Amino acid sequence: MAMTLKELAIKKPVALDLYRKMVLIRRFEEKASEMYGRAKIGGFLHLYIGEEAVAVGTIPPLEPRDYIVTHYREHGHALARGLETRRIMAELFGKATGTSKGKGGSMHLFDASKGFMGGYAIVGAMMPIATGLALASNYRDEGRICLCIFGDGAVNEGEFHESFNLAALWNLPVLFLLENNGFGMGTSVKRAHAGKEMCHLADAFGIPSEMVDGMDVLAVREAAIRAINHVRSGKGPFFLEAITYRFRGHSMADPVAYRDKEEEQEWKRRDPVVTFRRELLQSRAASEENIAKIEHSVDEEIAEAVAFADASPNPAHDEMFKDIYRE
Amino acid sequence: MGQINLLQAVHDALREEMARDERVFLLGEDIGAMGGVFRTTVGLLEEFGEERVIDTPLAESAIVGVAIGASVNGMLPVAEIQFADFIYPAVNQIVSEAAKWRYRTNGAQGCPIVVRAPYGGGVHGGPYHSQSVESLFFGIPGLKIVVPATPYDAKGLLKAAIRDPDPVLFFEHKKSYRLVKGEVPDEDYVVPIGKARVSRPGRDLTLVAYGLMAHYSLEAAEAVAEDGIDVEVVDLRTLAPLDTEAILESVKKTSKVLIVHEDNLTGGVGAEVAALVGQEAFDYLDGPITRLASPDIPAMPFSAALEEFAMPTADKIKQALRDLAAY
Repeated sequence: MAMTLKELAIKKPVALDLYRKMVLIRRFEEKASEMYGRAKIGGFLHLYIGEEAVAVGTIPPLEPRDYIVTHYREHGHALARGLETRRIMAELFGKATGTSKGKGGSMHLFDASKGFMGGYAIVGAMMPIATGLALASNYRDEGRICLCIFGDGAVNEGEFHESFNLAALWNLPVLFLLENNGFGMGTSVKRAHAGKEMCHLADAFGIPSEMVDGMDVLAVREAAIRAINHVRSGKGPFFLEAITYRFRGHSMADPVAYRDKEEEQEWKRRDPVVTFRRELLQSRAASEENIAKIEHSVDEEIAEAVAFADASPNPAHDEMFKDIYRE
Repeated sequence: MGQINLLQAVHDALREEMARDERVFLLGEDIGAMGGVFRTTVGLLEEFGEERVIDTPLAESAIVGVAIGASVNGMLPVAEIQFADFIYPAVNQIVSEAAKWRYRTNGAQGCPIVVRAPYGGGVHGGPYHSQSVESLFFGIPGLKIVVPATPYDAKGLLKAAIRDPDPVLFFEHKKSYRLVKGEVPDEDYVVPIGKARVSRPGRDLTLVAYGLMAHYSLEAAEAVAEDGIDVEVVDLRTLAPLDTEAILESVKKTSKVLIVHEDNLTGGVGAEVAALVGQEAFDYLDGPITRLASPDIPAMPFSAALEEFAMPTADKIKQALRDLAAY
């Protein structure tokens, strides 16, 4: 059951900002999908549509100095963190003005200036790195924490277990966030994981955990704030599992033949953007006018981002040989 | 100035760098309370404390991943892989993450880690405690690979590796730890990464080697000098970046080249050196580019008789030198 806005004592500007971020992610990705269809974007494009409440519930409550490491389905995380929309779109287009000057692409967004320490396309590989960022944070007594985001596929990798063990053993400030969307590419969690609820894996390491409805942005936000407070207070790692659903295929090339259509429809009825919009209106936290204004400004931002990406130059050939070693 | 063995040189480099810069810390299996399986870190826990000499569980991927994460949050980690044979679980972190960090961040960040590992045979370690793993990493731009042959180079190169802004793999031949002794100055010095050294000047033939084989090569060169064969020994010291200039300069002078390594013949460093010489010094050659290496077998056999048969030795190098000189 979703918290009401009143129960959370969430302020109206915060609520509107959460809505704006969710709409920004949704429309960014719808536009990216369209650009993929028009061959403006090539390669592999993994859409986050349906999972927006997880990024928007967990990332804004972080402090700007905190770190984020994440997986390859990370446009939403980058947008929620405030990486420039136009530079993300340019990276998807493979342009010189992208966040990685076109060398990274959709799966490998990176912006150290925002503490956004990368999307990782090797499943689970970011988990020891997150642990190391947190180790150094403790050593340097910085008080900054690391949000480590991974999917249900990573849970079966050895690095998941190695990192949970070390973070608990050394009492490190890592918030492990599992986005459990029910499928590792085309294989359901039921067919890939022997245990029951994944959040209980934390019990073996003495790490506290919580499972949250990943379709409800306010519920995610409330749980994230609790988890962040725990981690920042020096009590060691926390494991938050958000139950969510990927509305689209694994990538653009995936027709999703392996999923039950009724199941899909059931989840889509719980669309986090539509639901939150309705809640905002019903609770009178926002007016139709507020909502329309937000959606309009998002559309403008996306249109500008596409125009920017489209007009940007391709990377020069000599760019390929830069930044291999320090020059 | 005093005579020390290679083991002591490694120990002293670690100790002095830790004293010089508090960002330097060590992590690895049994390096603290036990002082390391080869005793390279003995006394360092007592001197620098648990925060800077970290005993880790058996989790090689996490050891390197944590080092990466800490290095991009302001630290200078030196990770020890107890035997080079155990590096395979960490290959993904080294190749996919450390080697690519600067590239994917547009040069915003380097990944200044050192991964130390004892390699090589000759101590009856058998299949999983004798491997030479350098060729596996040799074709990975973004990494630097150092294999010292003398205590002077081990100390100076390890200091350079710790101060280097990019990831360095530092392979120490376990047999040379106590076998090879040499003069090391008392004052602070570094040996630059990327520079080979002519350890014996000669006119008739160039012998390219590194690590323990550079030591054996020198012994063999002295022996065949009595037969009137004047061998120039080029100790590579660094495999990546390869000092192609030093190799070509020597070969152009002597017109013949023998390359010796303990790693398997096929796809080894010798193949790259041979290709380089064939392409860039073809007109200077008076004999076949020749390689002497361990044969292409899956693992170093345990039996002392077989191990001796597999590894290049000073006697085998002598024979190869005589054959090539007579061509």
